[in-house]
Amino acid sequence: MEYLKKYPKLFQWLFLLIVFFALCFAIDVPETYKFIRGQAEFVKDPNQSVYFFLGKEVRYYAFDVFWRLPPLLGWLPIWINDSLFFLMNEWMPMEFWNEDTQEFKTRPLLLEISRNLTSFMTFLIELIREILLGGLETIVAFTSWDFIDAYPWLELPGLPWTIVAAGAAILSYKLSGKGLALFAGLTMIYISIFGQWKPSMQTLSFILVAAPLSFIFGLGLGIAAYKSKRVEKALYPILLVMQTMPQYAVLVPALVLFGVGDHAAVIITMVVAVPPMILLTILGLRAIPPEVIEAGRMSGCTNWQLMFKVLIPTARRDILIGVNQVIMVCFSMAVISAFIGAKGLGFNLLLALNQLNIGLALEAGLCISLIAILLDKMSLAWANKQTDYFGNLTFFQRNKNVIFFAASFVIGIILAYVGTFIFKGSFNYLFEIPHNKGISTADFWNKGVDWIFDTFFVYIKAFNTWLIQDVLQPMRALYLRMPAVATLVLAVGAGYLIGGIRSALVVAALTLFIALSPWWDRALVTLYMATFGVVISCLIGFTVGTLCFQNKKSAAFMLGVCDIFQTFPSFVYLIPVMMLFGITDTSVLIAVIVYATIPATRYTIEGLRSVPVGLHEAATMSGVNKFQRLTKIEFPLAFPHMMLGLNQTIVFALFMVIIGAFIGTEDLGQYILKALSDKNGAGIGLTLGICVAFIGLIFDNLIRTWVGKRKKHLGIA
Amino acid sequence: MSETVIKCESVYKIFGENAKKMLEESNGNVDAKTFQEKGCIVGVNNASFEVAKGEMLVVMGLSGSGKSTLLRCISRLTDATGGKIFIEGQDLLELNNKELIELRRNKMGMVFQSFALLPHKTVVENIAFPLQIKGTNTQESISRAMEMVKLVGLDGRENYFPRELSGGQQQRVGIARSLAVEPDIWFLDEPFSALDPLIRKEMQDEFLRLQEKLQKTIMFITHDFDEALKLADRIAIMKDGIIEQLDTPANIVLNPATEYVRKFTEEVPREKVLIIEDVMDTSSKDNLGDLKVSKDEIIENVAEKILTQEKLVGVVDSSNNIVGSIKPSKIIDTVFGGRKNGS
Repeated sequence: MEYLKKYPKLFQWLFLLIVFFALCFAIDVPETYKFIRGQAEFVKDPNQSVYFFLGKEVRYYAFDVFWRLPPLLGWLPIWINDSLFFLMNEWMPMEFWNEDTQEFKTRPLLLEISRNLTSFMTFLIELIREILLGGLETIVAFTSWDFIDAYPWLELPGLPWTIVAAGAAILSYKLSGKGLALFAGLTMIYISIFGQWKPSMQTLSFILVAAPLSFIFGLGLGIAAYKSKRVEKALYPILLVMQTMPQYAVLVPALVLFGVGDHAAVIITMVVAVPPMILLTILGLRAIPPEVIEAGRMSGCTNWQLMFKVLIPTARRDILIGVNQVIMVCFSMAVISAFIGAKGLGFNLLLALNQLNIGLALEAGLCISLIAILLDKMSLAWANKQTDYFGNLTFFQRNKNVIFFAASFVIGIILAYVGTFIFKGSFNYLFEIPHNKGISTADFWNKGVDWIFDTFFVYIKAFNTWLIQDVLQPMRALYLRMPAVATLVLAVGAGYLIGGIRSALVVAALTLFIALSPWWDRALVTLYMATFGVVISCLIGFTVGTLCFQNKKSAAFMLGVCDIFQTFPSFVYLIPVMMLFGITDTSVLIAVIVYATIPATRYTIEGLRSVPVGLHEAATMSGVNKFQRLTKIEFPLAFPHMMLGLNQTIVFALFMVIIGAFIGTEDLGQYILKALSDKNGAGIGLTLGICVAFIGLIFDNLIRTWVGKRKKHLGIA
Repeated sequence: MSETVIKCESVYKIFGENAKKMLEESNGNVDAKTFQEKGCIVGVNNASFEVAKGEMLVVMGLSGSGKSTLLRCISRLTDATGGKIFIEGQDLLELNNKELIELRRNKMGMVFQSFALLPHKTVVENIAFPLQIKGTNTQESISRAMEMVKLVGLDGRENYFPRELSGGQQQRVGIARSLAVEPDIWFLDEPFSALDPLIRKEMQDEFLRLQEKLQKTIMFITHDFDEALKLADRIAIMKDGIIEQLDTPANIVLNPATEYVRKFTEEVPREKVLIIEDVMDTSSKDNLGDLKVSKDEIIENVAEKILTQEKLVGVVDSSNNIVGSIKPSKIIDTVFGGRKNGS
């Protein structure tokens, strides 16, 4: 009884667990239950039950409601799908002027908007692409095909790679200095020599359109939300869902709305990249001290000046993190959107992975990562750049970068011209090294993979078998063994114990949505893979973070490593694990663990760092040793921040699990992938995406509520 | 008194949703407690005063007394809930946004407690900021800013960033920035409160030196009574949004209007605040001794001389006419006695 009074929470949790397990044991597995057949497949089977809702027929395998809820939301994907088609093809037909046929044509409004939007995007992408690679689409856009036939010399020739490389190096030098310039030059040379020039420039042109557009939209909407509470309230739920929505899932609806190609990829990328930008813009603007705003006002700023000369520069740290995120997402999407026909490195990467050509995949992956790191560093340097008012510089000094670029431009053209003589009849290596005609290390890597397989096959296989048979399969069975009612009770109970009625209701709504969708079993499988990944990631991340924190240098080093790893597009992580473990769940899980360890480590270090110095000194003066200080002072105080790390870890893990469907797992991701090639997949893809987002949001809600309370309790809110 | 620059007529600032309506209903009789029960917080309660050209009005009050809110009403960083504010005869609350911006760009400068420097700009860029906002070209604004850098003694640090400066130096930048457009009216919101005592004293002296040179119309906010006494031409003491007393430092020390004000004056070393004129006797000008003192001398400086005299000491004005006299015992009385009953 005394304990009960002392730790009431503990006993409440115990009670919850007892109820949960009691329910698990009380409800038997129905004899007809088989994992796969638990789904509402859209095939007819006499054993299925049927119901009609809003004129949609939903078929499913019925079980005891305590075991699995019937998919009462099964009509939702079909309905979303039909609505999309209706909006695109029938809604609001209007007369539009058609340039090609010179007459008015009747078209649905949304289709016309989508067409105009996509042609605008296509124009932007082609413009940059043709400056880098040459082509005639841009000229055609302004004139016509007949015109270009008459004047064929108008075709843009494209820049020789030497000029682009020199340009990148000079720009980096201007922005940051020698180090970055060297890195930029080497990256470009590497890309060129290894024959990845064309796909790289295609990817780059895609990103040079998507990233600035995402930045502008994100910043704009962020400012709007900062200025108006109503806008913020309207945006908030969308932002929340988008934060945890796997990028895969947005692909399918976009396919319906915008078709296939680079333009659709840009729009999709914006959809994914804008939300974090908005959130960080709001965060940054909110954190500005009120006196700085007043100082701006008293200096006589107009609203416009106040925003762009005072507020945004003052909030630039957070806005920069936003830019960083935008670039990260863009590269990640550059790969993923290859599924809907975006050209470039991503496409090559997917192709290589599909053919199990690990060497090629590695080269493409390395190129993407290098460009990602380069752009990331350049944007950072650009934002931190200062102007010097007191340099009495000569004309040459002031314009040296322009002069150098002009010089390298001329030299590049001369080199390319000379190249036409040297490489007569073959490829002009001084102009552009064609794809797969450069040096390739693919064979080397492939042989390496073969060697690893030959040499370590037994051990890898043994490890693989052990992991799958003795760990993963039982764990999966356990997750699937949970009756729906028991899971609901556990989730809602946890919500109530952590955040009271409000949290309980939110969690209940989110869980019910998933339980009533046709994919509850798949969601459980997703959850099991994510749980496994998160547990291991946190173990590694918390340990590594704590160890690195013991020394200032190693902590800074580790954060740097996290930065670089975070810049890699998520798909790249699949390459090395496939090298080692082939196409198995193990591969996916290891990729999940590597990917999700990043936030776990980062937040641990940051959390421990944020413990006030005064407390350190107070602890030292009370005579604690290092270990005691860690356990008694640092961990309890850093714990809330570390829990936010856990939150991120869960989101990262979920993303990777979904991407892992590419390798072939049986979770929700597999269905999203399937939906991509399904004519009616838009609704399914979106609903699945929402399901995954909701899994993330359940944990997000619980963890954030707990952290908020805990921080208040500790007085560090 | 010369030309009035700032004039407030029953200014109210009440925070809360129905503030305006509740103020109208109360007919100017605002009681903080009843307002608070209805969810409104009274910031400034019926403030009326004038500030003359070249005068320094120090508003003194503890935290939460509404002194900063009052300043923000007059600079219109917040809109007053009721009352009228005139700046050089212009009704401040009637100005539209454009006129307000013009006013701020040309007439007003403000210094903040937390310095409020722009973190991404160097010292000289920060100082040039109000000029650049006005549309002055880069070269001119930078050269003007460099003059200000010299004025506040930061030469050689013009290319530092705020984060690389000490608190005192940062506030010098804040002061320089507020003076860059050569404003007539200068608002200072607890400018020295965040500084160490030694630096604070140094900055106060420097501030007085600057003011002697520039002769701005100043509203200075502080929670430090000694600072108020040291700097002010007149002091307004605020409590719970109400101005308890507004008078010269000497009068406040000698005749505190309320019990609250008296508490502040109790510990004040009067000989450092009062001048001879405040305690002299204007009725008896005969039987004077040889010693003459100026009426503008601070008592502390001449006390020793006066106390060695046995006869009455003559008090003279700047043109050496006798305007009054002072008994040596009056000095002792002023410094040590009569604290409880005024003076």
